[in-house]
Amino acid sequence: MSNTASAKTPGLRAIQRVRAAVVQYRRPLILVSVLLAILLLVAGLISQSSEPEPVGGPLMLRRLTEEQYRNSIADIFDAQVPIVGRFERPFRAEGLISVGTGKSGMSPFAIEQYDASAQSIAAHVLGPKGRAQFVKCGPENPEQFDEACARSFLSKTGRLLFRRPLTKAETASYVARARSSAKQLGNFYSGLELSLYTMLVAPEFLFRIERTSPDFNGTTGVLDAYSKASRISFFLTNSTPDDALLQAAAAGDLDSDSGVRKQVDRLMQTPRYEDALRAFFADMLHFDTFADLSKDPEIYPAYNSEIAQEAQEQTLRTIIEHVMTKQSDYRDLFTTRDTFLTRSLGTIYRTPVPERDEWMPATFAKDANRAGIQSHVSFLALHSHPGRTSPTLRGFGMRQVFLCQDVPDPPATVNFTAIEADAQKANVTARDRIAMHASEPSCAGCHKVMDPLGLAMENYDGLGTFRTRENGALIDTNGSLDGRNFSTPDGLAKALHDHPETPRCVSERLYKSAVGRDIVWKERYYLDWLIKGFADDGYRIPDLMRRIATSKNFFAITQAANANTARITTDGGIS
Amino acid sequence: MTRFSRRSVLRGAMRGAAVGVSLPLLDCFLDENGAALAESGQKLPIRFGTWIWGCGFIPEKWIPSATGSEYLMPEDLAPLEPYRQKLALLSGFDVKLDGVANKPHITGCLGLRTGIPVPNENVKAPTLDVLIGQKIAGNSRFRSLEISACGLKKSYSYQAPGSVNPSETSPDALYRRIFGEGFQDPNSVDFKPDTRIMARRSVLSLVADDRKKLMREVGSRDRARLDEYFTSIRQIEQQLDLQLQPPVPVENFEMPSAPGSDGHGSEMGQVMQTHRLMASLLAAALQSNQTNVFNMLFSDTTSNLRQEGETTTHHTLTHEEPDDPQLGYQKQHAYFATQSMVAWKEFLDALDAIPEGDGTLLDNCMVLAHSDCSIAKAHAVEGIPAMIAGNACGAVRTGYHLAGKGDSIARLGLTVQQAMGVQVEKWGKLSMETNRTITELVT
Repeated sequence: MSNTASAKTPGLRAIQRVRAAVVQYRRPLILVSVLLAILLLVAGLISQSSEPEPVGGPLMLRRLTEEQYRNSIADIFDAQVPIVGRFERPFRAEGLISVGTGKSGMSPFAIEQYDASAQSIAAHVLGPKGRAQFVKCGPENPEQFDEACARSFLSKTGRLLFRRPLTKAETASYVARARSSAKQLGNFYSGLELSLYTMLVAPEFLFRIERTSPDFNGTTGVLDAYSKASRISFFLTNSTPDDALLQAAAAGDLDSDSGVRKQVDRLMQTPRYEDALRAFFADMLHFDTFADLSKDPEIYPAYNSEIAQEAQEQTLRTIIEHVMTKQSDYRDLFTTRDTFLTRSLGTIYRTPVPERDEWMPATFAKDANRAGIQSHVSFLALHSHPGRTSPTLRGFGMRQVFLCQDVPDPPATVNFTAIEADAQKANVTARDRIAMHASEPSCAGCHKVMDPLGLAMENYDGLGTFRTRENGALIDTNGSLDGRNFSTPDGLAKALHDHPETPRCVSERLYKSAVGRDIVWKERYYLDWLIKGFADDGYRIPDLMRRIATSKNFFAITQAANANTARITTDGGIS
Repeated sequence: MTRFSRRSVLRGAMRGAAVGVSLPLLDCFLDENGAALAESGQKLPIRFGTWIWGCGFIPEKWIPSATGSEYLMPEDLAPLEPYRQKLALLSGFDVKLDGVANKPHITGCLGLRTGIPVPNENVKAPTLDVLIGQKIAGNSRFRSLEISACGLKKSYSYQAPGSVNPSETSPDALYRRIFGEGFQDPNSVDFKPDTRIMARRSVLSLVADDRKKLMREVGSRDRARLDEYFTSIRQIEQQLDLQLQPPVPVENFEMPSAPGSDGHGSEMGQVMQTHRLMASLLAAALQSNQTNVFNMLFSDTTSNLRQEGETTTHHTLTHEEPDDPQLGYQKQHAYFATQSMVAWKEFLDALDAIPEGDGTLLDNCMVLAHSDCSIAKAHAVEGIPAMIAGNACGAVRTGYHLAGKGDSIARLGLTVQQAMGVQVEKWGKLSMETNRTITELVT
């Protein structure tokens, strides 16, 4: 935070100096006023728009996520195109799947599945029905090869799939493939189908391969126009660049601030912008881990995969309504009582929902003890054990997910049976069970940053239903967060809302997600600038995203002189 | 079918007759007395696999008191008595931490499998199944098959950090992947190469055309990832190649039927059932040369298994259950430890049920079974239990209990790789590093 403060100081100091001058020398008032006005203007400009010198990071090679793959196919063709392959679990790094995309490999299993999807997509697009929709040309006799049509279809589709125009050689090669396959199979469209299939398994489609503009000097520079287009597009729409964006890239529009701004504003008005927000928050909230979540059916009979799905949807709807539709302060997400519910979720929340099978906007009653998305089932159930709550998991989850703070792993030799001895006593609550976390010095160091947070949420059981007693004993929900004490979930909500790391964390995450990597050391000034701007804009997420997407740093590339990082060799050594 | 001797097949090959199948280094075919040669004269590949169960064991119920071949089968290993001769028990080998933080249930498992303990999932070397696969996967349809019987899509087979080979969790999905589209009945008589597949094969070969250019464009870390991509593409090409050749006949092969199960559930009985279904599918896949390498996860290292009607998982029990005062160990944990060995026995049953050459499929496999820790309560990575089953066509010796006496468990990884023909002199890092082959294992 000190950097944010110092960013302000030059202007402030200048003003103080001027004031001092006024007092000391009593120069004519008019001159001072002019001087002051100029200085204020300069100071204003500094604090308003001075993005630090762009730093940027390495060029990235990122795998498409499952959603990006699906969105790309739906946008390039249409949503009815069947994708039969399965997707493996995404890889998470730095707390984000979007950062994992820059690190994950591609196993034989993954390619097998992409291969199956490529076949199903190509077969649909060039099947009897699809070709009428997607191929606007063709020979009268399908046994004949229509060169011009093949060229037009493949270069047009290739440009959309590879997010850049095909080179002449590439077009020639895809046309030649289509021709030879058409000859082999005796059908023009089968030829096109196989060329399309090849594009769909090509590295240029499955990976986003970033490249620099031609004036790159080997260490610093900027992305080329098409790589810029991809960064903008996947960040703001979670999908592939559309035709207009690719055209803007071709026309050189993305080399100017105004050109970028125009595209950014346009994309943020498309329906895909909501998809991008949803993808980001689902990623940040670790919703992919619901796949591994199980709840004891005897203890939580209400839990099933449908409820799990609805719980995630509830939180995402709440977020979209709050940050996008209402353009509200991000921090208020931790205190808002506005949400959306289905009837079955309403049962868990003990809030009646009139309509069956419908999502209804709802506002939790003031005394319902539901404030903020951290009081939703999607958070409470995900950060609990299968059969009971875990103040530790919840505290850890809040630190990790909302505050971007890490807590070290427990020592491997922990003796849990000591805790269990306490747990066997009558009328115990979680606070009694984990008393040892605080009394045992080797545990207390870490647990004191997690447990007091989680203990304040003990009014929610392992699924998220409100309760006041556990095992017959009244639950004590006193807790604290970095020096702030509270005794209710609402108090915790307020503390989370006011925590300086709350806005910083989401800014950091959004930027990491946008560029697909961790922040490099020299980017910390840029990050301070982002956070300052976020505050100035009233903590509105869309403004923050616009600020990132239109910043110079977003497209800046710095390759370390020694870009060759350690890699694993197959003989087990590290070179 | 005409009977071939090994010599007549070789003669045939030398005369340029249409034998058409290259002979990988490690085929049983090269066995000196030719005993492992199938009746039809076909080559029999050597297969390697791992079988993992989570949360270790109860030492007093698992470690035989004697070493050598005359040991008494301990209580938990009693079901394995029929496999005594085909089994080597390995106790007392340690993962050496060298100060690396012991991430519960991860560090031990990946330390054993990579020779380098890591405090998280970011492996510092490929796991040994991948290294062995590079040697013996040959032209089989799948580089390897990863399977999880416990419903969790987890796997401990890593190419690199961020490059895990994911597991199949549904018997039906596994069935479709192996025996669905693209599977050729090895004994079908009327073979006609499909022109569509020929066309697909030829367009696919062009994907690799851009390889050199792309490799130049990216940094070395990304080069490794692209390399993985191109290797994976190569597998698809191989699969198509196989479909374009007449299948190699397999004796006694019976096409398995669809299992009709999606493998959900973490209750022990359900998991055992899923595991049996998957084991028999895997055995049929190995028999019909669909793969030479596999990794079967019976239970995750933080085992999610439950007993029927109980709510606490196996892993949680290892930490929370007090020792039974009479027995001196955790009674419920022991149930899972015992059942895990029953499942292991059933796995061997599946492999041993298939006759091959003059023995069984199991005889032509080497399966390394291991856990992630010894005493789960303390996450101890000293003395992680391990076993070798099958003789890999005579490449390994079994039928005894060997005590590691605190030696680096990398000795096991090293020996297993050497037995599979991987050129490796020493393996592991720091205190794990070893050049000491377990001589008892190799023949």
